[in-house]
Amino acid sequence: MSATMRIVNGQVYDPKNNINGEIKEICIQDGKIVDAVDDDATIIDAKGMVIMPGGVDIHCHIAGPKVNLARKLTPEARRHDVHPSTPFTRSGSGGTTPSTFAAGYRYATLGYTTAMEAAVSPIGARHVLEEFEDTPIIDKGFYVLLGNNIFLHNLIREKRFEEFEQAVAWWVNATKAYTVKLVNPGGDEAWKGKKNSNVTDIDEKTGPSGDITPRQIIEAFVKTVNKQGYPHPPHIHCNNLGHSGNYITTLETMKTAGDLRAHIAHIQFHSYGGEVGKNPISKAAEIADYVNNHPNITCDVGQVMFGESTIMTADAPLAYVLKGHTKGKWVNADTECESGCGILPFTYQEHLYMHTLQWAIGLELFLLSEDPWRIILSTDHPNGGSFMAYPKLIKLLMDEKFRHEEMKRVNQKALKKCSLPELKREYTLYEIAIITRAGPAKALGLETKGHLGVGADADITIYDSMDDKEMMFSTARYVFKSGEPMIANHEFKTDSQGTVYHIEPTYDNKIEEVLKPFFEDFYSIEFSNYPVDDHYLHQHEIIKTG
Amino acid sequence: MPEEANSRKTEEQNKNIKIVEDATCTFCGCVCDDMELHVDVDEKRIIKAKNACVLGRAWFAEHTIEDAPAALIDGKEVSVEEAVEEAAQTLVKAKFPITYGLSDTTSEAQKQAVAITDYIKGNIDTTTSVCHGPSGLAFQGVGESTSTLGEVKNRADLVIYWGGNPAESHPRHFGRYAVTPKGMFTPNGKKDRTVVLVDVRKTKSAGVADILIRPKPGKDFEVLWALRALVKGVSISTDIEKETGVPLEVLTDLVERMKNCRFGVLFFGMGLTMTRGRHFNSGALLALATDLNEYTHFVAKPVRGHGNVTGADNVVSWQTGYPFGVNFSRGYPRFNPGEFTTVDTLSNGDADAAMIIASDPGSNFPKKAIEHLKNIPVVVLDTKSTDTTKLAHVAFKTATYGINTGGTVYRMDDVSIPLRPAFESPFPDDESILKAIKKRVHELILKNNHSGGASGEAKVAAAVNPL
Repeated sequence: MSATMRIVNGQVYDPKNNINGEIKEICIQDGKIVDAVDDDATIIDAKGMVIMPGGVDIHCHIAGPKVNLARKLTPEARRHDVHPSTPFTRSGSGGTTPSTFAAGYRYATLGYTTAMEAAVSPIGARHVLEEFEDTPIIDKGFYVLLGNNIFLHNLIREKRFEEFEQAVAWWVNATKAYTVKLVNPGGDEAWKGKKNSNVTDIDEKTGPSGDITPRQIIEAFVKTVNKQGYPHPPHIHCNNLGHSGNYITTLETMKTAGDLRAHIAHIQFHSYGGEVGKNPISKAAEIADYVNNHPNITCDVGQVMFGESTIMTADAPLAYVLKGHTKGKWVNADTECESGCGILPFTYQEHLYMHTLQWAIGLELFLLSEDPWRIILSTDHPNGGSFMAYPKLIKLLMDEKFRHEEMKRVNQKALKKCSLPELKREYTLYEIAIITRAGPAKALGLETKGHLGVGADADITIYDSMDDKEMMFSTARYVFKSGEPMIANHEFKTDSQGTVYHIEPTYDNKIEEVLKPFFEDFYSIEFSNYPVDDHYLHQHEIIKTG
Repeated sequence: MPEEANSRKTEEQNKNIKIVEDATCTFCGCVCDDMELHVDVDEKRIIKAKNACVLGRAWFAEHTIEDAPAALIDGKEVSVEEAVEEAAQTLVKAKFPITYGLSDTTSEAQKQAVAITDYIKGNIDTTTSVCHGPSGLAFQGVGESTSTLGEVKNRADLVIYWGGNPAESHPRHFGRYAVTPKGMFTPNGKKDRTVVLVDVRKTKSAGVADILIRPKPGKDFEVLWALRALVKGVSISTDIEKETGVPLEVLTDLVERMKNCRFGVLFFGMGLTMTRGRHFNSGALLALATDLNEYTHFVAKPVRGHGNVTGADNVVSWQTGYPFGVNFSRGYPRFNPGEFTTVDTLSNGDADAAMIIASDPGSNFPKKAIEHLKNIPVVVLDTKSTDTTKLAHVAFKTATYGINTGGTVYRMDDVSIPLRPAFESPFPDDESILKAIKKRVHELILKNNHSGGASGEAKVAAAVNPL
């Protein structure tokens, strides 16, 4: 049974419907936003409060094999960050890789009601869906890693693009994914097969036979996904993440997409100038300029926040490079025929040149963005920092004075290599609602999310209006999920499971005849046991393609 | 022989036979999912398990339907509903209830078990604490370079087994995953690999080894540490042989092979984790594999025992943040092996009620722990009658995972694999019993809160009217 409710007297920020802080009634019935409700509907007085759609995280790592390895790896990070149970909610533990229940509840506490797990090896899809069942409240989906898939590399190499399209669609269906993810395309073979090396150029020959390039892989996926009309384009983690001078690779990756849709993940980590092996300088302006002028590109920032993080990436060679800096514990986890993975605890420190510059470049990208709909808020949780740092990030964007206070504490040499100190822009609440709600929902093609128009899902957050924006966004007073009050007056009132979003692009079954022999030869599980059965989806919804 | 095969065939033809393809064997951590099960539907038993090893064949043959009550309270037959009620009451009443076992059931059931323990603010632990628990602790300390088994099949040209005897414990590990299979970059199978066995005994596994290294018992850590030193270029005295029983030149040769292979793998077993040194041993081995990545690609992997012990680690980790030995008494999970591991909660006399799922501590725990188990009310879920079910206050007889029930298991390399049941059991499965207990436990706790004072009442009132 779903509540019928009328929220009155609140200041509404709903950018998709051009509502900018007006006092407006929001009516809820049967889990959706409606025009009007009966007079006997429950009334919630939101006087002095700000109403926004529930937050949408377009890029985070919250479930699945690599996240669970990270949890197992870091008992020390959660010992002092406990998450007690309530009569309605389960207990858990936090740190930068919270347990499933804690992750769901903590997202809800911030006012987020949707989050997308951004990197899942196909063979790990079943595990992810098992964890999703235990990740409460938020709606979710995941992106399946196909950029280092040997079978697909072989098809690209042999220019069998028709079969490539079919196989990509087969994999998305088999795993129940939301879109495809490319991570350091072509880099795995160098890592696993050539004694831990890596590709360093988008046009470098790689792959099991050493004869395809990252650019060919990117091009094939961008074309296929656009042709098949996925709601969200290929989600791309470019080559050379974290290396000085990598902005050229990033620009080349975006150019490879031409005018076709593509999403560049955590673009901050890909906006560095300078020479390889030396300290980077900021190329945020060049990257922001390209994105500003190419409406086919969306990106999320991957902001670095000082303090503890967990590096967790399918870019295994990068994690190994970072292990060289931390000299601490490290996990590498290779997945047969399809992916790699690296994990290590990491701390971003204000006094270090590199870390300050990363922090500053992220902020520059936000502040130089001319179209907030396409430069979306993320910390690449938990890589740049936890999603729990979003409120502080929002304050950094909204409050120039606060930004300057923070700048006093960081590496001053690094600040000289970027334009951050000169940037005066302050984000408005309307723009925050875009980069945390309306923008990501649009980029994901989730038409019922990120807005409060009639027919939208009644995923609603109500914050107390406060001058301190970090405080304001840290804890929502009310959170409605599908019309149900999950949080009221800062307390959890009930529990729910959330919906899994996935797509079902069409394909010809004949592709299985091509796939099966490859599986029999090179996989360690049977072809028939590889696709994920529908019952793992629990509550789910298919978003249309094409 | 052909005659015998023929007669078996005729026998099969006369029966109502169902064939289940690509079924999964849950006997050991290999979780082979290529079984072809021939099921006698009328007699409810598996008459043939094609592709299964000797252990798998026995597993499938033994699990027939027994004529026994589904539920017992103090040895007397009761309905499942009555047993669920008694189990829930027992657990809710206890001050320090413990949950243990979990390695031979589905991850779906494991989820329910953690939920119950969370609600009753109890203590949860799995058989990991008595097998590869030390590897879990070592993992927390140094991490692990690892891979799925298919990657070993496709790429590994140097395979080292340390402190284990897969020929007898995981018979298909050699043939299906690591020694003989032909892979993408190992087209000639065994010919493309060098196999090394490190063990104090010359076990049956020695048959596949190109090199057999036999350290003195209890000296694994010293051997591993010497190897680490040699990898790092530190010189080692020839005295190492006196200390460990392994000559320096054998170690030097192994180091050269490890540094120069294309893709190396170190598999390790309980001969390493449950002997002198324990998590130091596992840690040294994991660190060795990590160090070798400076020279080449190198991975390591514990060879896990029970069919879904890896699932237990995973489920407990994603729900609580810790892999085993977790206590909820303060309303949130705390991890402390040595205090919250089951041998300890029993031997120290902490536990005042226990729920044992798919495990038999009554037969294999230390005497002191078993004595305590006899003195507290115990709820047991098992497919068979065991020493533990015999001492149970409430005992459920359940369907066997992978034979009678579907669900999910995690292979030793964390790959999840679905189950394809062969025939139905008259007994309920672990998941449905645990779900029923969970539901009742939650009701009782909300009710207790309710009668426990104003704050409890407010909580229930809020549950009824959320705003």
